[in-house]
Amino acid sequence: MKCGVVVFPGSNCDQDCYHILKHVFGLDTEWIWHKDDVDLSGFDLIVLPGGYSYGDDLRAGAIAQFSSVMKKVVQFANSGGMVLGICNGFQVLVESGLLPGALIQNHSQKFICKTVSVRVENVSTPFSCECLEKSVLNIPIAHHQGSYFIDTDGLNQLIDNEQIVFRYSGCEGEVTGQYNPNGSVDNIAGIVNENKNVMGLMPHPERCADPAWPNLDGQLIFKSMIQSLQPGILL
Amino acid sequence: MIAKIYITFKDGVLDPQGKAVHHALKDLGYNEVSGIQMGKYLELTMDGVSREEAEIRVTEMCEKLFANTVIESYRFTIEPEE
Repeated sequence: MKCGVVVFPGSNCDQDCYHILKHVFGLDTEWIWHKDDVDLSGFDLIVLPGGYSYGDDLRAGAIAQFSSVMKKVVQFANSGGMVLGICNGFQVLVESGLLPGALIQNHSQKFICKTVSVRVENVSTPFSCECLEKSVLNIPIAHHQGSYFIDTDGLNQLIDNEQIVFRYSGCEGEVTGQYNPNGSVDNIAGIVNENKNVMGLMPHPERCADPAWPNLDGQLIFKSMIQSLQPGILL
Repeated sequence: MIAKIYITFKDGVLDPQGKAVHHALKDLGYNEVSGIQMGKYLELTMDGVSREEAEIRVTEMCEKLFANTVIESYRFTIEPEE
């Protein structure tokens, strides 16, 4: 199983993603520089990490969508390749049209950096198959433009196609406005595309996946992807 | 040609910055203001294109890059350079 971590100018969670894939899970992992004209056909998983690609100029993810690597990532995703976008990576995925909706400024107008609870809404995706149905994970968020927006028709499509993977919730799994940190429509924290091979989420699973840290909830997302790509590999 | 482009949130998308500024205006006593839309303004200097060509090109630019049409709408004017 070969993983690629894309590095844009301004990416700052790329090291964490690389570390978890390579050192914690022992996977063959390579860096992919945004200008590289790289052939992605040999990869099984591409990760778009968090950060501030191109300084978030114009809108978060707006410039990154036109980088040479993103043209390749779109082809890779459209041919069924697995793509995970975390935080800024999620913003790049919606800007590039691989995922529906948009991410706008948090309603509080503040940068929010804290651990939040998210409820697993769909365990039949390659990104969540190791989670228990309706279980609650505690994962850090760190963003200023993380409020997920989609119009009513789009939201109904997401619900009908079971594309919502994570919703912000209380620690008991209560999905209410009280536990919505940023004003996201329907408490949405993470979604997949219709084919379920592309996921974007605002929480950072790579920040809670190293055994040096007591919280390992993020490992479930990495384990799900590994299990889907190489069944039986996990002990 | 000079293209003047205005980008604002669509109706139904909450504009947190506009809302915050509106609160501040109310605190200052400007109660006649019923709404504020904050957005982006871009001014493009374009060479060697007619007004008609500029309109087509600027529309493309807005659709592709300047606006995210999921959440934003755009409008623009094209004027000759002074």
